[in-house]
Amino acid sequence: MTAATMDITATDGVTLRVHESGPSDAPTVICVHGYPDDHTVWDGVVAELALRYHVVSYDVRGAGESGKPRGRQAYRLDQLVRDLAAVIDSVSPDRAVHLLAHDWGSVQAWHAVTGRRLRGRIASYTSISGPCLNHADYWFRARLRRPTPRALRELVTQVRSSWYIGFFQLPLLPELAWRTGLTQWVLARMEGSRSPAVADAVHGVQLYRANMFLQRAAPQPRTTEVPVQVLAPQRDQTVSTSLQTDIRRWVPNLAVRELPAGHWLPRTHPQTVARCASELIEHAEGGPEARSLHRARRIGPHRKRFEDHLVVITGAGSGIGRATALEFAENGAEVIATDVNQQAAERTAQLASTLGPRASAYPLDVSDRGAMEKFAVVLRENHGVPDIVINNAGIGVAGPFFDTTVADWERVIDVNLWGVIHGCQVLGGLLVDGGAGGTIVNIASAAAYLPTRSLPAYATTKAAVLALSQCLRAELVPAGVGVVAICPGFVLTNITNTTRFVGRDAEREQAARQRATALYRRRNFTARQAAREILRAVERNAPVAPITVEAKVGLLASRLTPALLRKLARSDINPR
Amino acid sequence: MASKALTEPDDLAKVREVQQLAYTAAESVAQTLEPGVTEKQAAQRIRDYLLDRGVQDWFHTPFAWFGDRTAFRNFWTPLKFFPTHRRLEEGVPFILDCAPVRDGYMADIGYAGCLGTNPIYDQLIADLAEYRELIVTRVREGAPLLQIYRDVDALIARHGYDNRHRVYPGRVIAHQVGTVQSRLPKFIVAGFGVRALRTLVGDLIVERMHHRSPLWADGEISNHPATPGLWAVEPHIAFRGVGVKFEEILVVPPGGDAYWLDDDLPHVRRWQQAAAAS
Repeated sequence: MTAATMDITATDGVTLRVHESGPSDAPTVICVHGYPDDHTVWDGVVAELALRYHVVSYDVRGAGESGKPRGRQAYRLDQLVRDLAAVIDSVSPDRAVHLLAHDWGSVQAWHAVTGRRLRGRIASYTSISGPCLNHADYWFRARLRRPTPRALRELVTQVRSSWYIGFFQLPLLPELAWRTGLTQWVLARMEGSRSPAVADAVHGVQLYRANMFLQRAAPQPRTTEVPVQVLAPQRDQTVSTSLQTDIRRWVPNLAVRELPAGHWLPRTHPQTVARCASELIEHAEGGPEARSLHRARRIGPHRKRFEDHLVVITGAGSGIGRATALEFAENGAEVIATDVNQQAAERTAQLASTLGPRASAYPLDVSDRGAMEKFAVVLRENHGVPDIVINNAGIGVAGPFFDTTVADWERVIDVNLWGVIHGCQVLGGLLVDGGAGGTIVNIASAAAYLPTRSLPAYATTKAAVLALSQCLRAELVPAGVGVVAICPGFVLTNITNTTRFVGRDAEREQAARQRATALYRRRNFTARQAAREILRAVERNAPVAPITVEAKVGLLASRLTPALLRKLARSDINPR
Repeated sequence: MASKALTEPDDLAKVREVQQLAYTAAESVAQTLEPGVTEKQAAQRIRDYLLDRGVQDWFHTPFAWFGDRTAFRNFWTPLKFFPTHRRLEEGVPFILDCAPVRDGYMADIGYAGCLGTNPIYDQLIADLAEYRELIVTRVREGAPLLQIYRDVDALIARHGYDNRHRVYPGRVIAHQVGTVQSRLPKFIVAGFGVRALRTLVGDLIVERMHHRSPLWADGEISNHPATPGLWAVEPHIAFRGVGVKFEEILVVPPGGDAYWLDDDLPHVRRWQQAAAAS
């Protein structure tokens, strides 16, 4: 690996400071920063990408160590593209390069990708938070021509965040705002921003003056066949996602990913940017297409609800876990079925494979932290970052509190609570680190809010799972990861046959199991029905999803008439 | 049957002949099925095939189920068993089921097939072999029929399938068969031959007096080892919109080892070929 700095002279004599790192024989990635930044906005991304690629970043004219010409003509897009071309010709004279650009860097790169000057020299392009001005022009025109409520809403959103563009057209005032620190004060309130050098900021204002509001006559649409990926931050306060992504008619080979982040994605989420960019680069270089990239390209006419999603389920060998695995598979997801019973998990994977993409199975004891961590490594290595993690594994313990031994308590807490904690930390951690959002689903129970003397230990663990889910949900909002707590109620599964009924001899325990099973059979709410509800809860990111009618009524009653529930709790639903 | 347990070699040979005939009918008709054919047409073809070969009466007339009807989805009335105008398509499973009577001897068979390929069907039909083995083993061990029913249910749960024989009248996984000796006219009511039905009803009464039943289901009345005679066993399993079954005769000799009357049947041959191939 090398790290080198050099100067390149642009066609009009301006000097550009260029930084190179990574293996020089690898594909070249050129990073173009925006305004008001310099090449250091890419530092985190470059550190990741340079492990595999020849990475080049440079200070755009007017910023960092590059020349700062005066006069707005020097900042026209055509000149900025000539600068980019000079860099490309210098660092990769024979081989097409991959572009990665942010903000104004993206605007320039779009101009290059859709123009003639660099045709055949660009192998792929990942754009973050910067539209093609030509496309933006069409975007505004289309919405003004057909002002539907939705179009108006999108317009208002965009104009509300673009007001500063108008401000930058004014003489002197923008410069004054920078020099007095007013703009820095506004900027400081934005996610991931950093105050620029005042000189850079002042010169860069020319970008707006030189390039905005010029092409007022209907322009020719600018198109490209180059594979393009748009990373659209959902909390971007300057460029709305619609403006960035509603461009498929000009960019047929387009992938779009909306990411839970703010405008300065390269600075706040360098690993996510590096991963997304690498996926496109690998594919453009002839490698296989990653699942998440395929999903981002939204190819195919009849896409299933969870196509190109990776779903991991614990306790998938039976009951609600298996049914949920199958339902996800049927709706297009790649399923990873795990269970403490390996054969049962394999069976689930086998069935899932008849319904959808090829599924896999792994043996996994959720109460074993070490096993969980090992599994997470294997999962990431073999299948990638999951989109949905379902902490389903659980066991039943019923019977009076004083008959429940310490061993009984430990067993049920290990599986039902520690299993979910490990699942959220280890598997959920993959989602958070992945930076692309996702959903953690924890299977709690209606027993979490319906007290009963019959299930003290079980209800305690499930109440804890419900509380954990709601706390974690609040914590993971910025990461874009939803946490869904499922409260099923009486669902006909094998749990009634495996529940430990404490304080009874084997024969009476067996009788209690048969009675419970008969009760659930009469209720006859199938695991598949529950699974369907779980898929719906994931789609609407429900905070708490009671499944059966009794679970729904119970949730309501727990809020309206808790005293009644406390009375009902006194009757034993498993009489001896 | 209760009145006359059919376990004499001559009788068994006759029943085997009828069963072979019925399976051959189903298999040959299955080969003629093309996209667009309806259940009614398929059932009629089986009927014609068998009537041409000396069948005089029916325990029940031929049934044909296509698509998710093989899994008995939404069979909320017994009328749903009867063939409909549902058309067969590529990749769609089907079941042909018939119970012909010839010279007083009757068979009752079920044949599951698929037009083209369907991964769910392939998986189901491969797994069906385990049920055939489980049932004969447990009957041989003298297990109560109720317990065997539950064992089958447990296997279904382990496989991740649904029990669909519980949709049959009486939730039966099997019923006894014997000779048809009634002197009633040959007459079909709701798909069932009245003469065969009369024989069955007679058996129901006689067996009930012994606290047994010629019907094998999951009620307490089935809590006894298999009574000697012939049992038409029909485990029917399903996954999503695909159901498969076989139905063939299990011989339970008085006090002896139970065995399947015939191993030269399409589904058994299929499993043998698959085993040989792997």
